[in-house]
Amino acid sequence: MEDKKQTERTELDGLAGKQWRAGMIFIGTSVLLVIAMALSISVGVTDIDFKTVWESVFAFVPESTNHQVIRELRLPRALAAALVGAFLAVSGAIMQGLTRNPLASPSIMGVTHGAAFALILAIVFFPAISNIGMTFAAFIGAGLGVILVFAVGSFSKGGLTPAKLALAGVAIGGMLSSLSSAISLHFQVAKQMSFWYAGGLTATDWLSVEILLVAGAIGLTLALFISRSVTILSLGDEVSKGLGQNTLVVKALGVIVVFILTGAAVSMAGTVGFIGLVIPHVARYFVGTDYRLIIPVSAVFGSLLLVISDIGARLVNAPFETPVGAITACIGVPFFLYLARKEGRGEI
Amino acid sequence: MREKRFSLTLGVLFLLLGIMVLISLNMGVVQIAPLDVLKTLIGNGTERQKLVLLDFRLPSMFLALFVGAGLGVSGAILQGITQNDLADPGILGINTGAGFAVIIYIFFFQQSMAMVSGIGIYILPVFAIVGAFAAALIVYALAWKKGVNPIRLILVGIGVNAGFSAALIIFQVKMNPQDFNQALVWLAGDLWMGSWNLVFAVVPVVICLIGWTIYKSKTLNIMNLGDAMSMGLGVRVEKERRAFLLIAVGLAGLCVAAGGGIAFLGLVAPHVARRIVGPKHERMVPVAALIGAMFLVMADTIGKNIIAPAEIPVGIVVSIISTPYFVYLLMKTQ
Repeated sequence: MEDKKQTERTELDGLAGKQWRAGMIFIGTSVLLVIAMALSISVGVTDIDFKTVWESVFAFVPESTNHQVIRELRLPRALAAALVGAFLAVSGAIMQGLTRNPLASPSIMGVTHGAAFALILAIVFFPAISNIGMTFAAFIGAGLGVILVFAVGSFSKGGLTPAKLALAGVAIGGMLSSLSSAISLHFQVAKQMSFWYAGGLTATDWLSVEILLVAGAIGLTLALFISRSVTILSLGDEVSKGLGQNTLVVKALGVIVVFILTGAAVSMAGTVGFIGLVIPHVARYFVGTDYRLIIPVSAVFGSLLLVISDIGARLVNAPFETPVGAITACIGVPFFLYLARKEGRGEI
Repeated sequence: MREKRFSLTLGVLFLLLGIMVLISLNMGVVQIAPLDVLKTLIGNGTERQKLVLLDFRLPSMFLALFVGAGLGVSGAILQGITQNDLADPGILGINTGAGFAVIIYIFFFQQSMAMVSGIGIYILPVFAIVGAFAAALIVYALAWKKGVNPIRLILVGIGVNAGFSAALIIFQVKMNPQDFNQALVWLAGDLWMGSWNLVFAVVPVVICLIGWTIYKSKTLNIMNLGDAMSMGLGVRVEKERRAFLLIAVGLAGLCVAAGGGIAFLGLVAPHVARRIVGPKHERMVPVAALIGAMFLVMADTIGKNIIAPAEIPVGIVVSIISTPYFVYLLMKTQ
């Protein structure tokens, strides 16, 4: 009896300890994030010192060019980078939790290709489409990409193994991108599309940030709301059902979160790979397997990574921009290979 | 009886391929009737027909035939030695590696995509092969962990593929816009430089490699039984596997040099061949070559004509047709 109480107490202490640690990590990373964003605002074609950055936010002088550059270009861009990074990381975490598949992530799952495909269709059939309309199209396309890849993986014999998921992503991605190329060549809209592909975060304005904020408010709240159930679900369907969870509802909510977050991220930033794959693993390494902790920590880690990558994208080949997706791939590919070596056993 | 049936199958396939070649040669912006095609080939055509046929269509036809065959055989070997039905030079990152090397070559040594000419045409395939081997080496080394497990090989291949693609993007962004577009089209798979020089540079080697594979195809049968069994039957497994891997990667590299990154063809052709003549490699390999050639000629014809006068790169047509099959295979495999 005494012993049992003892272990319970240590377990509780362990949980509290973990929460405390996760809280510290969260705050520490947030501080780093603010510094990185300040850096992101200050570097660029013209370097602007931190003092001006500070003034432009808190003591705005409309006549100053630097202040205007910051307000109209760099601030929205830094905010968008932070938001997109958080969205991708959280949807990766949710995908990995729901599928219990370490390779699940938006980048290898046909999301970007789906979004591009929908964008092409939108441009071809509604040439007068507004920016909001294009965003919406990318949204739907991204969601469809995820659902297609998931469906192929899940309905195959032997279920959704890591290798199957990756291969299904390759296949569906290849298919959708081929269709997009064929359509864009036929209707001669390739130029408009390449702008989006290479765009990265170059074209962000306040409208994009507003759309991202709305999507984030809904998506991230929902993600936190289901985080407890995702933790239980990540132990297995049987466990989850045994504990009286309605697994179907949890999965459906999870898919909606992924849909909203990746759709918004991809429609704003184009092909940014690997954040959704890498960050949840890093977060899990620090805070354990509880998704109530993994999700917020993933969010700040993802923000930090993308803000830094975006700075890198501007500096690597200045004054030209390198697609930010290429930078994140430099970090993500070695990590993917590491996971592949670790996971590559068993049957396909 | 079996031998007879196999000869019959081969005969029918050759006939079909011949018909397809004739159809393909006569279709296009300038229509040439099949009879005129034959006439021109034996030297009795008009000047215009000669120009269109001999200088443009025939070289790209040769390339389509041998690139298709090469990819088919390369896929058959890879599937045989990894004992994995989903292996393919495209998925394993070999195509992207070769493509990366070619882009580097054009970026550093040539002014533009359109200007590759003269001696460059013979150096280009060398670069492609080196790139293919580098990619294969990286994949093999990273997948090595006390032996190479087929699934790890494919996962690592996908990762390396993504890495090369990212590196490609960085180089492409530095190119001028026109080259960038051309590079994109070419990487999607395109028989873009259908010149006789390229045919002479690539086709003889492809023929030799395919010939060697057919000659050694019985070894491939034994290796397909698994490592332990083949050692028991007196095959030096690691040595043979390395030899076959060299051939498969070499073929893939050459095909990329000639036709860009055509994906999924090396995957699908061996499967169709297996459906027709069964799993024995001495029959399956030649049939896979024929099917690959046929498939690529067909895809090329479709790409050139479906939205004429614009063209769809052949690689795009191939992947639109063959991904559904790949997805089907994926869902069926345990």
